[in-house]
Amino acid sequence: MTRYFTEDHEWIDVDGDSATVGITHYAQSQLGDIVFAEVPAAGATLNKGGDAAVVESVKAASDVYAPVSGTVLEGNDALEGDPALVNSDPEGEGWFFKLTLSDSSELDSLMDAAAYQAFVDGL
Amino acid sequence: MRYLPLTPSDRQAMLGVIGAKSIDDLFCDVPAQARLDGPIRGLPNHASEMAVERHFSELARQNMTASHHPFFLGAGAYKHHVPASVDHIIQRGEFLTAYTPYQPEIAQGTLQMLFEFQTQVARLFGCDVANASMYDGSTACWEAIGMAGRITKRTKALLSSGLHPHYVSVAKTMAQYTGDTLDTSLPELSAQTDSARLLAAIDGETSCVVVQYPDILGRIEDLSAIAAKAHEHGALLIAVVTEPVALGAIKAPGDMGADIVVGEGQSLGVGLQFGGPYVGLFACKEKFVRQMPGRLCGETVDAEGKRGFVLTLSTREQHIRREKATSNICTNSGLCALAFSVHLTLLGEKGLRGLAQLNHALAVQAADRLSQIAGVELVNDSFFNEFTLKLPTDARPVVRALADRKILGGVSLGRLYPGAAALRNGLLVAVTETATQEDVETFAAALQEILA
Amino acid sequence: MNSINQSGWKPEMGNAGDTAPATYTGNKALMLEEALIFEIGTAGTTGVDLADAPQVAARLGNLERHRDIGLPGLSEPETVRHYTRLSRQNYAIDLGFFPLGSCTMKHNPRLNEKVARMAGFADVHPLQPVETVQGALAVIHELAHWLITLTGMKAVAMSPKAGAHGELCGILAIRAALTARGDARSVILCPESAHGTNPATAAFAGYAVENIPATSEGRVDLAALKARLGPDIAGVMITNPNTCGLFERDMREISDAVHAAGGYVYCDGANFNAIVGRVRPGDLGVDAMHINLHKTFSTPHGGGGPGSGPVVLSEALAPYAPLPFVTQDNDQYRLVEEETANACHPDSFGRMVAFHGQMGMFTRALSYIMSHGADGLRQVAEDAVLNANYILRSLQDVLEAPFAHSGPCMHEALFSDNGMAEGFSTLDIAKGLIDEGYHPMTVYFPLVVHGAMLVEPTETESKATLDQFIGALRNVAGRAKAGDPSLKSAPHHAPRRRLDETQAARKPVLVWREPEQAVAAE
Repeated sequence: MTRYFTEDHEWIDVDGDSATVGITHYAQSQLGDIVFAEVPAAGATLNKGGDAAVVESVKAASDVYAPVSGTVLEGNDALEGDPALVNSDPEGEGWFFKLTLSDSSELDSLMDAAAYQAFVDGL
Repeated sequence: MRYLPLTPSDRQAMLGVIGAKSIDDLFCDVPAQARLDGPIRGLPNHASEMAVERHFSELARQNMTASHHPFFLGAGAYKHHVPASVDHIIQRGEFLTAYTPYQPEIAQGTLQMLFEFQTQVARLFGCDVANASMYDGSTACWEAIGMAGRITKRTKALLSSGLHPHYVSVAKTMAQYTGDTLDTSLPELSAQTDSARLLAAIDGETSCVVVQYPDILGRIEDLSAIAAKAHEHGALLIAVVTEPVALGAIKAPGDMGADIVVGEGQSLGVGLQFGGPYVGLFACKEKFVRQMPGRLCGETVDAEGKRGFVLTLSTREQHIRREKATSNICTNSGLCALAFSVHLTLLGEKGLRGLAQLNHALAVQAADRLSQIAGVELVNDSFFNEFTLKLPTDARPVVRALADRKILGGVSLGRLYPGAAALRNGLLVAVTETATQEDVETFAAALQEILA
Repeated sequence: MNSINQSGWKPEMGNAGDTAPATYTGNKALMLEEALIFEIGTAGTTGVDLADAPQVAARLGNLERHRDIGLPGLSEPETVRHYTRLSRQNYAIDLGFFPLGSCTMKHNPRLNEKVARMAGFADVHPLQPVETVQGALAVIHELAHWLITLTGMKAVAMSPKAGAHGELCGILAIRAALTARGDARSVILCPESAHGTNPATAAFAGYAVENIPATSEGRVDLAALKARLGPDIAGVMITNPNTCGLFERDMREISDAVHAAGGYVYCDGANFNAIVGRVRPGDLGVDAMHINLHKTFSTPHGGGGPGSGPVVLSEALAPYAPLPFVTQDNDQYRLVEEETANACHPDSFGRMVAFHGQMGMFTRALSYIMSHGADGLRQVAEDAVLNANYILRSLQDVLEAPFAHSGPCMHEALFSDNGMAEGFSTLDIAKGLIDEGYHPMTVYFPLVVHGAMLVEPTETESKATLDQFIGALRNVAGRAKAGDPSLKSAPHHAPRRRLDETQAARKPVLVWREPEQAVAAE
């Protein structure tokens, strides 16, 4: 399994042609307490860079973009009852959705962990 | 100038601190050709309090006031007695001159009042939740149609012919721009509503059905069948209440399956005010709360664990969500919501039920009296405090002739539906607790004389 | 001696240094806790006396209500006390300085309240025959005349209910004008510093929204704007003076460029107070502008409305103005509604509200305008701008003023929270000001400045008030720079400490439920 990152602070774990997507630890720390998350329904088609989910803190609403194109396998229903999971475990239990990749070459443009860390350090 | 505290020496001292020679220096970024060199021409200079008051008294005298004449107008704005303490409370500076409660630590008064208001509205409408108010009933109605569209992802709204024509007009104006399709029609002067038409028209593309209760002609009908049919097709039922006092006597729309209930709150606490400001009421089922427009007040605790209230779920709103907001609405109708809430607190369950009973009984008596006049027919089988009479002639000149006799005798359907020949003999008559038996007699006698 | 101090009354000063114990009631003398009406009222209590209803057979269509509504009642004395106690937990202009930027919290004259309550205005029905409401129509007509004259525009739509509703009116007029010439444009441009209502309104009216960049001066980037103009741009929405408190110097050029490209110019008039009587937006090429009567023209904010947002329109947009409106024929005022619109106003885009708009605000605004007159309104703008510049220059050494170099500010002064101690921000300064007895300034708006603090003093504040506020803000800013931990827990003296907004949003409680019901619902 390989983990990639985007400049919009999403992470994506790729396992064969399926993947799991969430927001990074850095992103949740910038947002503050998460109060609501809206995840895509299974079957939804996502385009790379398009709106995929919504995450809200008390004073901000942010769109979560699809790091790559694909079809949603499932959204993380646990976030509906417990949006704080995004704060407590953003890169684990606080994942947003799983999808099947439609074009794995899109992964090439994403960052690895070291590159993302350097990117965040530069902000 | 009595509202301006700075003195000429203050102004000089302040310019000194700023480092400007004159006030004109502070307007240096205004292009010279747009700068006015003196007071705007064509307008008088400042006036004393006495002079202004005199001017307004003069204009006020030219209007025929509801309280000093036999008065029977309704059609979405009702005259009820407003207890004196309501106006006293809304004139307290702490309510009157406060702003939106964005700093909750010093706005608990407004916030707790809004929380109480939301609860009162939700209960009155038979819904789970209500917001902190909208501009008025007509804009709340359009917002509800928009909300139904967001929930169902459909764009076809079915409007009952009994919906207030101004509300229909507002929806039509907006629908031109949003791409929504509105299915509308004109009411008929009949005891039957168009619920059969609505039931037949609901299909898998319908976003919502919008029904006024009681409707524009005063008719009351059970909404359960429409709710069931709408739900069967994945559509929502929006009920519109323009006379909330009615809900002291009849079932709440939420109890009959309405998903969103909106209304005009003017009849409690607010007064006629020639049409505004009024207060839009907006309630719905809990599961739709994130699609609601407008402000919401919620309960929480402070850092010491004490109960307190804040504006919440703000991410729906324009100041955060900008172009993705559920609505562009920014303000609510806070002070009118306060008036509504104070009046409803004074009434309580017992008072509202009693007031509703009184309104209905007086309306029944008046309907019977007026329909005894030769040629005058009562259109309604059912009504609360407003009913429609069918006159033997065009009602508009009759209303004017009544006004000439210092009687404000209802709203002609010709005024509401210009050009609709089939409706022009209709006269809407509202009878509230403010109408005396003598008023009804005066009205009846004059109507008889005019029609003779 | 006889009768030595029989009553036992000996004035004492007590032990002044003692810490206050918790009280039995939770009250703190004049700071009184108040329960909810649902906790203190009962279904059987009422504060009104009603006549008995005559006995009649009900004609309610067999829909009589059987279930209780669940509305508690209070007697009149309890009602008055409940709301009076609540009122005392509110800050208000009547209590003190309220420098909320972009909101124009000026004094609300009580004369306005008096005239609005005259029976001839408050006690008339909107659908009375027009012959019976000539005085009310005269008020609308007179106010309309003043607004048109003050702005140098062609017409005014009086019915919009609030500022954002007025924006919608202006944008719909633009869309109607474009539709009329068969020109389907799809984009509205807004600066990043715009009020959130601007993009929300444009989207509500079916437009895509794009940002206009700003210059380092805090003004619209004219070159970037010109570069983006084209056949898809329906119009621009510009706030002038803008939300950084600056006058858009290039406004005329912006307007000319937009017009040349076939678009229209919407001006957000939220900040009209800075220029009323000194500048007419019509002279700057504006096509539509809403006027918040509750800002510039002193109608009360009421804890969040009702507002009122008449929209002035240029000659190009006037034909599309919404219904209804008032006209004058000889000595008679007429109301142009759906019925007569075809004859004299056929291109109207329609109706935006039931009835005729916020009459109760029209009387108040007209009373204010007449009180000031043409000379006084000019003084209003001058004093508002003078007060704001006095604050800007008196604080720019302790608070970063990102656009202080851009020239004088207009009616409001903008600061950022750069330079505070680690972990201290605008929020702490705002809460510290609460303890000092002030309503905080607007915070975190506009979005273009980090930790924005937007201070709008208005013209109705004295120099002494400003001086005390400047002293207080210098002190609080000093504490934030020094990292005073007690500032993190401010306010200490308000009716409530900081409130848990996260809990409120995660588990929304929007209505009161009986305790057992609340448990059952969980």
